[in-house]
This record gives sequence, C-alpha cells and structure tokens, in this order.
Amino acid sequence: MSDTQAAVLFAGSLVVALAVLHVPLGDHLHRVFTSPRHTRAERLVYRAVGVDADAGQRWGAYARGVLAFSLVSVLFLYLFQRVQSRLPLALGHDDVPAPVAWNTAVSFVTNTNWQAYAGESTMGHLVQMAGLAVQNFVSAAVGLAVAIAFVRGFAGRGTGDLGNFWVDLTRAVLRVLLPLSAVAAVVLIAGGVVQNLDGAHTVTTLTGGTQTLPGGPVASQEAIKQLGTNGGGFYNANSAHPYENPSAWTSWVQILLMTAVPFALPRTFGRMAGDRRQGHAVVAVMAALALLSVTALNAAQLAHHGTVPEAVTAAAEGTEARFGVAGSATFAAATTLTSTGAVNSAHDSYTGLGGMVAMLDMMVGEVAPGGVGTGLVGLLVLAVVTVFVAGLMVGRTPEYLGKKIGPREIRLAALYFLVTPALALGGTALAMGLDGPRASMLNTGPHGLSEVLYAFTSAANNNGSAFGGLTTDTPFYTTALGLVMVLGRFVPIVLALALAGSLARQRPLPATAGTLPTHRPQFAALLAGVALVLVALTFLPALALGPLAEGMH
Amino acid sequence: MNVFLRRHLAAVRALLVLTLVCGLAYPLAVTAVAQLPGLDERAAGSPLRAAGRTAGSTLIGQAFTGPDGAPLRQYFQGRPSAAGDGYDASASGASNLGPEDVVDAAPGAPSLLSTVCARSRAVGALEGVSGARPYCAPSGAGAVLAVFGPRERGRVTRVDRVVSVNEYCPTRPFTATYRGVRVECRKAGEDVAAGRIVPVRGDAPARPAVPADAVTASGSGLDPHVSPAYARLQAARVAAARHLPRARVDALVAAHTTRPALGLLGAPVVNVVTLNAALDRI
Repeated sequence: MSDTQAAVLFAGSLVVALAVLHVPLGDHLHRVFTSPRHTRAERLVYRAVGVDADAGQRWGAYARGVLAFSLVSVLFLYLFQRVQSRLPLALGHDDVPAPVAWNTAVSFVTNTNWQAYAGESTMGHLVQMAGLAVQNFVSAAVGLAVAIAFVRGFAGRGTGDLGNFWVDLTRAVLRVLLPLSAVAAVVLIAGGVVQNLDGAHTVTTLTGGTQTLPGGPVASQEAIKQLGTNGGGFYNANSAHPYENPSAWTSWVQILLMTAVPFALPRTFGRMAGDRRQGHAVVAVMAALALLSVTALNAAQLAHHGTVPEAVTAAAEGTEARFGVAGSATFAAATTLTSTGAVNSAHDSYTGLGGMVAMLDMMVGEVAPGGVGTGLVGLLVLAVVTVFVAGLMVGRTPEYLGKKIGPREIRLAALYFLVTPALALGGTALAMGLDGPRASMLNTGPHGLSEVLYAFTSAANNNGSAFGGLTTDTPFYTTALGLVMVLGRFVPIVLALALAGSLARQRPLPATAGTLPTHRPQFAALLAGVALVLVALTFLPALALGPLAEGMH
Repeated sequence: MNVFLRRHLAAVRALLVLTLVCGLAYPLAVTAVAQLPGLDERAAGSPLRAAGRTAGSTLIGQAFTGPDGAPLRQYFQGRPSAAGDGYDASASGASNLGPEDVVDAAPGAPSLLSTVCARSRAVGALEGVSGARPYCAPSGAGAVLAVFGPRERGRVTRVDRVVSVNEYCPTRPFTATYRGVRVECRKAGEDVAAGRIVPVRGDAPARPAVPADAVTASGSGLDPHVSPAYARLQAARVAAARHLPRARVDALVAAHTTRPALGLLGAPVVNVVTLNAALDRI
C-alpha cells in the first residue's frame, strides 16, 4: 500500500463514519435542547444549584451566567493546583507554581488546553480527574450551550428569550458528553489506553536498565479530551504517547470523537431553524474547507519538502511509526480544524507548508467544523457577514433566516471576527518585540517566528496545540497567553450572545421573491469564499515571514 | 441577596455538583469497568512479562543499549528517542526541531540535519550497509555551506569565502571547492549567520539503505515500533549475534508485526519490545 493510498483510506473512512454519525447525533442534540422535560437527575442538579429551570433568559442574563460559571471555574482550578501537594493522589508532586497554575486554569476553562507544563511531572491524579477533566466536560458544555442559545436567536419569535444557561449546561453534560465519553473510554481501554489510579512505578527493562512507567485515569480523560475538543494531554507527549493513543485505530477513534459533535451541530441548527436545508449548506461549507485542509496537509507532509525531510526521505521526525506520516497529518488537520489541539505528532517538526496549513486551520477561526459549539457559532457569524456582503452586491437589505441584519448586527459580527486575529497578531508582535520572549524560541529564523505565531494563534483561537519547541513556562508567555486565551474565548462569546439577543427580539420576516436563498450551493460557495478571503487578508503578511518563507526555501 | 451574589453562588454549586459527577463518579466508574477481565491488563498499562517479572510495557519502547550507550548487537534497536536521555517514560516528548534546522550551534550541539546524518552513519556501520543520505557529509555531519559575499536578490554574486558549517576544524570539508572557491572547515565559536546557507544534496541514492524511521525521533520518544524495513535490516545482525538461523528470526519478526487495522488504518509496524522479549525467551 503506498503512502497516498494509506492517506486516502484513513481520511476517507473518517468521512464515511462522520457522514453516517452526524445524522443521529445531530437529531439527538436537537431533542436534548428542545425537550421541555427534565429528567429526575437534572431536577436534582437544579435543586442543588438553586435555579429555576423553566425560566428563560435574555442574552444579558445568559452571558452573565456563562461568565460567572467560568470565573468560578478559573478560581477553583487555580486553587486546586496551588494546594495539590496536600491532597490525595498527588503522587509526590509539588504545588503547581502560580504562573503555570493561572495559565493552566485559564487554558482548561476556555477549552484551549494549552499546556505550559508536562503532565507526568507536574499534575497529580486528583487534579487531573477532578480539576482538569471536569473542565474538559464543562468548557465543552458551555460551548455547546452558547451555540444552542445562538441558534435560538435565529429561531426566536420576537421574545428575546435565549433559553436557560444552567439547563443547557446540565443537559449538555448529562445527556451528551457524559454518556458518549463513558462509551468512548471503554473503547479506548480496549485499545490499550491505561486507566488506573497507580503512581509511577519503576521496572527493570529487558537489558537490565530501569524505566519508570506512569499510571493514571487516562482513558476516562482521553475520551472527553477529544469529544469536548479540549486536547490537553494527560502526559506531555499528548496523543503521541502510547498510553494515550496505542494504535492507529485508537487514533482514528480519537479523530472521530473530536469531529463528531461539531459536524453534527449543523443538523441540529437546521432542525431548530425549521429548515434542514440551512443545516446542509453549513455542513457542506465545513466539510469542503475541512477536506481542503486534510488534503493540503497530507500532500505537504507526503511531498516532504525541506532539507531535513529530504535527507530523511520522509517527514518522519516527530511522528510515531504506528500512525505513519499520513495518520499524523490527518490528525494534525483534525485537531486544528476543530479547537481540540491534541497532537499525535510534533507539529514543530512538520514541513514548512504542512505547519502552515495547521496554522491556517486555526486562523480560519476554527469553523470547519470548529470546536464543540464554537465552530457552529463562528460559521453562522460568517454567514451573517456573507449575507451582508451579498446584500451590498445586489443592493438589498441583508437578512438571514428571516432576520434582518441591520447596523447593530453587522457591527457585532464584524467585531466577533476582529477579536482573534487582533489577539494573535498583536501578541506575536509584542513577543517578537521583546528580547526575553524571543529567546524562548527553540528554532531560529523563519521557523522561530512560526513557533511564536503558532502559539498566539493557538491561544487566541482556543486551540491549544503547539509548535512544542517554544519554551512557554516563562512569566511572559504564561501571562500573555493566559490573557489572550481569556479574551479569545469570552469576548467572542459575549458578542455572539449579544448578536443572538438582538436577532431573537426580531419577528421573522416572511421570505419573498427578493430574499437571498441561503441553502443553495451558490451561497455555500460564497460563504466559504468569505471565510478564506478574510483569513488571507488578515494573516498573509505574517505567514509570508514565517512558514511560507521556510516552505518556499 | 442581590442578583450578582446569587448568580455566583449558583455557579459555585453547579461546579461542585458537576465536579462530583464528572470528576469523581465518572472516572471511578470507568476505572471499575476497567477491572473486567480482558480490559484489566490493558488498563494497567499492558505489562511486559519476561523471566517471571514485569520488564516494562508492551506499548512503551525501551533502550536496547549497553552501559556505554552503544547498541547491543543481540537486540533489535528501536527508533532514536528524544524522551529524556532516551526512552525515559517519565519525560515523554519530541525533539521539536524544524525542517530547516541545518546549522550546528556549536561542537556537541548538532542541528537536526547533523543528528540525522550521524544516526544514519552509525546505523549503516552497525548493519554493514551504506549510511549515506542526501544532504549528509561522509563525516556524519550535515552537508551545509555558508557562502559569504555580496548578494543580489538573495543570491551571492561574488563568492568571497565558503565555510562547511557543520564540520569543525580540523575535519576536512566534504567538498574541496564551491563555485571555484576553496571550502574551509568551521572554527570553534565562528558565527556563520552572515553567510548564505546552502545545503548540498550530494550524490547519495534517493532511497538510502537506512530507513527513515531509523534516523528520526518519534513524537513521544517512547515509540515501541519500527518499520518492517528497519526490522529486516537488523535481522541478519541479530541472528548472527544470537547464533540463530535467519529464518527463525524472520519468523519472529513476522509474528511481532502489526498489520493495519481492518487492512486500512495505519502503517504496518514491528514491535521491537515484544520481539526482543520473545528472542530472550528462546
């Protein structure tokens, strides 16, 4: 079997699986978030939390709920790490130093899972499972809740009601993420992922040397790490570690997990909006952009341009033999197209152009299919921008799903799309302007710039993957990247909810002969075009100095 | 109680409830399920049994080197490892060096290119084949020149001086001249950043005898596998060192080869950890 055949089979089988899976999963999500009934367990939760589950919230109340929950989460996770040495299952690790603890708390609450630490030498099992993994669940649930509230804005009938944050959060965890994770965890254990509460133990190897093998509740965390598009590895090597990802098929399962919910959400959207075709258009754009990226990344890695890859005769540095170059490239595309950021190979050692595709995936704003919830929101905001552009072309008032896109709406949508590029490029510029942060680069020349650009792009888009060579456990990077993660997460969320709130207050207009149809291929192509042009205009200068300069070398 | 306080109190309670459910009940329930027969060994880390003891994990690569760091001839060698000092399972990780990392920082601090070239040379010597690769000098360093002189659009118009950047004096450079100018070895501490960096491909075959996975570090540094090509290359040496018929060793290699799942996922790989354990049992 040639490398190209292997790449096509690996990616092709994923496409088939997703094409099958997105229908029942999208329908399930629709049921979960539109059902008026609460389960008994959920009623218990609402009583414990002390909220009225049947009260609707306007966008402001919904957003304040999101922010309150996230703030409390950051504080709790920070304190948890700061006292870990006094807690059970600490495995003898010290308290996490303050800058790293702050960075990590923010990183996991914002669904980024950027890691300025090495798991096996920093975190005890209790912090991993009751701190970090809990945020893997709830940060994904927050993303899902926001997406559903956003869609309610389009589907709203003029009341301004976006649903109830606490209900959406609870249902996302109890009815979606928890059951799917439990199944996935057992599948992963069957594939060889470890699941125990043991500390590290030292063995005598075959040659009489010693090796210290780690333990940990890894499978339970691995499942939600991928399903929730989180990406924070239990161990430093993340999904390249044989205990996290023992075989090519577990790697395939992990890619399926990280793409499952984001690719299912357009169907949920279509059903909630009362027109499934709208969902088809959205998922078509996501799929087209994703296929473009997977193809480009595989092509770049298999062509292996660059001095070292040509000397090696393959882009094999930093890849695991069991995944192969193609299995690594497809994973890299999936992890950056979603907001996951798990890695099964070292992106830093990719070819110049391969690394650039991974960066571009994030720069598109992670909308193809993006993170759990955030991907759908991003693409729908892009759709708002697109109807505006189309409206300007034909000289009509732009509308989307019967809602007028007026000055307030387009302002919010435009701001939504300015936040992350501003953070990514501004942060990179700041780091390059200071001597200390520049010294953190492992590689020199254009590749060094790529490392910094990748870091800030990853943080701003809440991805969390890294060009691992950059030393980021310095006060500058832990602080700067922490701030970028917070702003890159919550500013767009608040803007999106504000946009949803203003749409929800409108009564839907009936479609007329002059309405721009938003379910046709023509609109889908325009939407994909707008996404690509926005990215190209914003990031091309920075890319030209980094990966492009290196890749064209 | 004002609304602000009530909201944050609800947030605290929600986080506590969800921590109990997702952070304790869920992982502990999965751990309990993991005790089922069939899952328990895997959940415990797939221990490798050898001579009645646990000698590691079948999933985690090991170093098969002697105390001096030299490869032991009777064992199949795994891939180079960037985890700690090599296969340190408490420090998983990759080299993270980029594709154009071709200039050594100092003697003893080689670039990725020089590292690859040195590995190729060493594996070639061990297995009795040529270790030559593109962009590699016979000395085992990366074949890279720094060309000094005035430039126009990036190209050096008049060559003043040429240094072989990865070959420190007194090594004789891999090529005597470049564009008619004598190539010098690099002096210790010499900064070559001002020169134009030119990697030289050389005349090595496009398909070197030493496979790609033998000269590159994995992502985790704990990769237990090698390619079938690298295993084939090593089989003769291992058979000779153990006084075993080659066919016996080949059969064992085949027995420890994992085929792609369902015939379509992943690359065929040979697990050197279980393979070496099986060899020790003979």
